[in-house]
Amino acid sequence: MNQQKPNILKGIDWSLIWIFLLLTGIGLTAIFAATYHEGDAIVQSFIGFKTDYSKQFYFFIIGTVIGFFILLTDSKFFPATANVWYVVGILMLLLVFPLHSSVKGTESIIRFGGFNFQPAEVCKIFVALSLAKYLSLPETDFTKLRSQFIATGIALFPAAIIILQSETGLALVYFSFFIVMYREGLPAVILLIGLAFAALFIATIVVDPNTLAFVLTGIALFVIYLYRRQIKKKKRILVRIVFVWLLCVGIQRFAVPYTFEHVLQHHQIERIYNLFGKNNPYDKNEDGLTKAEVKKQKESGSSYNVRQSKIAIGSGRIFGKGILKATQTRYDFVPEQRTDFIFCTVGEGFGFVGSVVLLGLYLLLLFRIITVAERQRSTFSRCYAYGVAGVLFFHIVINIGMAVGLAPVIGIPLPFISYGGTSLISFTILLFILVRLDADRQMVLR
Amino acid sequence: MSVFNQSRSRIIKLIILIIFLFIVAQLFYLQIVDGKRRQLAAMDNAVFAKVVYPERGIIYDRKGRPILNNTIIYDLDVTPAEIKGIDTASFCQLLGITKEEFKQRVVDAIIKNSSVRPSVFKGLLTKDIQARFEENSWKYPGFTLVERPLRTYPFNAAAHILGYIREADSRDIERSGNFYRPGDYIGKTGLESYYEDVLMGKRGVQYMIKDNRNRLVGHYENGRYDTASEAGRGLQTYLDIDLQKMAEQLMDNKVGGLVAIDPKTGGILAMVSGPNYNPNDLTGSDGGKNYSKLVLDVTSPMLNRAIAGKYEPGSTYKPIGALIGLAEGVITPSFGFPCFGRYTLCGNGKPACTHHGAGHAANLRLAIANSCNSYFAHVYRLTVDNPAYNDVEDGFEEWADYMHHFGFGVPLGVDLPGESRGNIPDTADYNRENNNHWTSCTNLTLGIGQDKMLATPLQMANAMCIIANRGYFYTPHFVNKIVDETEDDTTLMNPFRKRRNVLTNISDTAYNAVIEGMNDVVKFGTARIAQIPNINVCAKTGTAENYTILDGRRIKLPNNSMFVCFAPKENPKIAIAVCVQNAGYGSTWGGPIARILMEKYLNDTLSARSKADFERISKANLVPHYFKRVQYKEDSIRAFKWFKMTKDSAYIQKYITVEMRQQAKLQLAQSKPTKQKNLPKKQFNPLYFLKPEYLVHS
Repeated sequence: MNQQKPNILKGIDWSLIWIFLLLTGIGLTAIFAATYHEGDAIVQSFIGFKTDYSKQFYFFIIGTVIGFFILLTDSKFFPATANVWYVVGILMLLLVFPLHSSVKGTESIIRFGGFNFQPAEVCKIFVALSLAKYLSLPETDFTKLRSQFIATGIALFPAAIIILQSETGLALVYFSFFIVMYREGLPAVILLIGLAFAALFIATIVVDPNTLAFVLTGIALFVIYLYRRQIKKKKRILVRIVFVWLLCVGIQRFAVPYTFEHVLQHHQIERIYNLFGKNNPYDKNEDGLTKAEVKKQKESGSSYNVRQSKIAIGSGRIFGKGILKATQTRYDFVPEQRTDFIFCTVGEGFGFVGSVVLLGLYLLLLFRIITVAERQRSTFSRCYAYGVAGVLFFHIVINIGMAVGLAPVIGIPLPFISYGGTSLISFTILLFILVRLDADRQMVLR
Repeated sequence: MSVFNQSRSRIIKLIILIIFLFIVAQLFYLQIVDGKRRQLAAMDNAVFAKVVYPERGIIYDRKGRPILNNTIIYDLDVTPAEIKGIDTASFCQLLGITKEEFKQRVVDAIIKNSSVRPSVFKGLLTKDIQARFEENSWKYPGFTLVERPLRTYPFNAAAHILGYIREADSRDIERSGNFYRPGDYIGKTGLESYYEDVLMGKRGVQYMIKDNRNRLVGHYENGRYDTASEAGRGLQTYLDIDLQKMAEQLMDNKVGGLVAIDPKTGGILAMVSGPNYNPNDLTGSDGGKNYSKLVLDVTSPMLNRAIAGKYEPGSTYKPIGALIGLAEGVITPSFGFPCFGRYTLCGNGKPACTHHGAGHAANLRLAIANSCNSYFAHVYRLTVDNPAYNDVEDGFEEWADYMHHFGFGVPLGVDLPGESRGNIPDTADYNRENNNHWTSCTNLTLGIGQDKMLATPLQMANAMCIIANRGYFYTPHFVNKIVDETEDDTTLMNPFRKRRNVLTNISDTAYNAVIEGMNDVVKFGTARIAQIPNINVCAKTGTAENYTILDGRRIKLPNNSMFVCFAPKENPKIAIAVCVQNAGYGSTWGGPIARILMEKYLNDTLSARSKADFERISKANLVPHYFKRVQYKEDSIRAFKWFKMTKDSAYIQKYITVEMRQQAKLQLAQSKPTKQKNLPKKQFNPLYFLKPEYLVHS
């Protein structure tokens, strides 16, 4: 052990670090492109902490410094303190309720000093750690339903709190931990059922309710016809089929409408329907708005964002317009272009080629993390690595998907690229803990 | 445990890859398949094509003096977001507006153009306000002076010829195939309209980048796609601005038209329509007000009577009638007609003749000099009843054909819009009116330029050119040359450069006889007033009766004074037609006017006699009185309509007389004891449109 200490940098996976640096570099360029004003003195404003790119630059430095300290930390520290961090994370999330500010309608941000701090962003790290900790416990037998429930609980408990803070988007991120569980042996059937319900959910939005009920009944009858022999032998199969049919129709006729009416908020329903190009049937006009006002709100709201975002990305064509010639993003046609819609800046400035390069970089990162995960000796490190991969994957897919019009507008940042201190620093920490754990991949951590 | 599930890492990788490929596919669609459309949408979002307006072309007179030029006037623009801490009171005082008005205008500006973009706060500042604002402009952030080009007429003359420009209306825009946009200026009348394409130049486009609030932030691609504007080209006209000014002064306070043409080129030297207006009144800050004033004037000052006023040519037709007769061979120069004061061959003793002494129509020259009605009525009959043709209809058609060749009854194609064709009746008119049975007696007075014959002063002057030129003319026009003329302009200019040998088939002897006759008119006939020492003037006077209907009665108005002439006889340089409505004999007003102009043009100075005449004529007011009555009626009706519509009594007040008020008082007193229901319903009430209460108290 004493001999290893000076060689702390030896086991480090440099490819991850390089990708990290490249991505933050692209991020800084993109924020610069989106917010630079003609005539600003570049060097001065980079140092000045006044402009967004300057702030992001300092966040990057802070993140890197923290990352460096993480690399100096003993890797046993993380499994040892995982549960403590989890408790801290939950407490922070709860602290939001008395201390929150209502910036842009989100109630998930704590302000102190001049800084906004969003616990929901940081909490991902703690959940990744504690889920890894739980899964790596020798007494955990993940083939058992009980363990599966506990693991799910660990992952989704913070999500529940976050939903109460009206940040459904950030809460959804926590579903990405199912990737970890899947890797650790969660039966694929459960995920398939989950996907089936997701499909049913989408079908409910897209297809007319009566038609859908009719189709579901048709499927049920068809299945009964297929299993007619077995049903003759075992009546239980018929009961099951009827039960599933009832469940599906129930969800479609009652559960989804209930969710829309009582759980989700107006703008979220709007975004989901926008995604499928449908009009929101739950538009109840609670605020007493006239139709025209509602329409205006719609146009100025998420569908406007997505339309402008698509125009920005599409107008980049193959090679892009060049970083400071991107008119859509430079002249503020795309709202939130430095945070949630930062991908537009890349798409417009660097075109199809640039976008694919960025996606390739992300793909490389994710594959590298999975490769790193698979070479770990300790379950803790592996589970943590998958957690990191899952969180990153979810962020990337939803964020870019939203910018290109494939996913509903959920305000989550693009890892390492979107403007935002909490986001950049927490992703940096997330990654550097992985690098630290990986440096000791031959050790078995518990 | 981990080992068993290792295959799942591959499944996870596969899922990631598939989802990434989905995104790449969508990117491919957005950026490559459908990219063009989005590129255009982004251009539309961010690039604003700013139109750069070129300077309009200048119009010069024959000596190269600009008679229509450009100047700059200022608009006061406001950018509401930039108004900060200004002294509203002093600002309002400077502009002469109230604080409420100030607020309202700022609010309007925000509604119109948002608060971050400039909009017009007060258009077309007067010189005075502009100067005062310039001194104090530092006190008023958010307000800027913006240059606006304006047309100016240095000589305050030639309003009808030059025309004016106004903002293009929806019809102009539609007609131009959306070339013009709302807010663009377009020539509406006169040369401004006819030569619009030449004068307007070529608009340039600057592609500017705008941001999400439509503020312009710079040139797109450093102006790579910009096109420069091309200034409008000038027009060199034949107009002699001194002559024009003099003619306008002579026609001051008169109704009618005047045209002077150079017969050699067809170039119009002067053209006046009375009543006239100062073209500068229509530009600048009071333009709108003056425009409506002119539009509402019943004497129609905006109508160009020189090309659109239709008058009976009267006796001025006679030389033409003579030429037609000579050409057809129905008379010879020595043809005489025994006239004893009346034409008797059609049975009713009409027309009458001013002369009755024997021999006053012993030959053509004498007949013209004495303007014998019987003679020319008879020549007309001889022409139409020419045995060479089957019947009177054929003969008439032949006659009408000659008239068309002389430029009557057809548009001449002058380079001004709104030209009238006058009127030469055709056989169908007479067939319809006379049940297909008519003779040369039916329209006998055509022979003395009456009946249904109507001509514009331009047509009359042009006919003089044909006679002076002995058979040919050039289409009367103003523009000699377009500055920097190109191939493309030939289609526009060629019609004016083509010599039209319409009547060169008529023999020189015929022309000579008529020209000598017209010379005699000046020497010892009806136009002796037009004599100019050392210059042989040929002329013909005319006097046409006319009537109008006023207040339901047909009243006879003073005769129209007509005068046509050209000079010098040997080498004609100027042909003039003058028509002064309701002025009297042709020789009293038209004659001296034409003489003064000929003197001015040919000698460049006026004789003492002409100077005196100039003073007398330019001061005379010959606008018929009935216009006053018509104006009063029109104005009071409009005031009443306004009152009915808005309950605003500002205009109706002055039409309410003291008697009307007294009568109303009386009526009110009577109606008080009885209830209004009991009032007899059909009682005549001179104040039917106003409530008596109102009249008493106002």
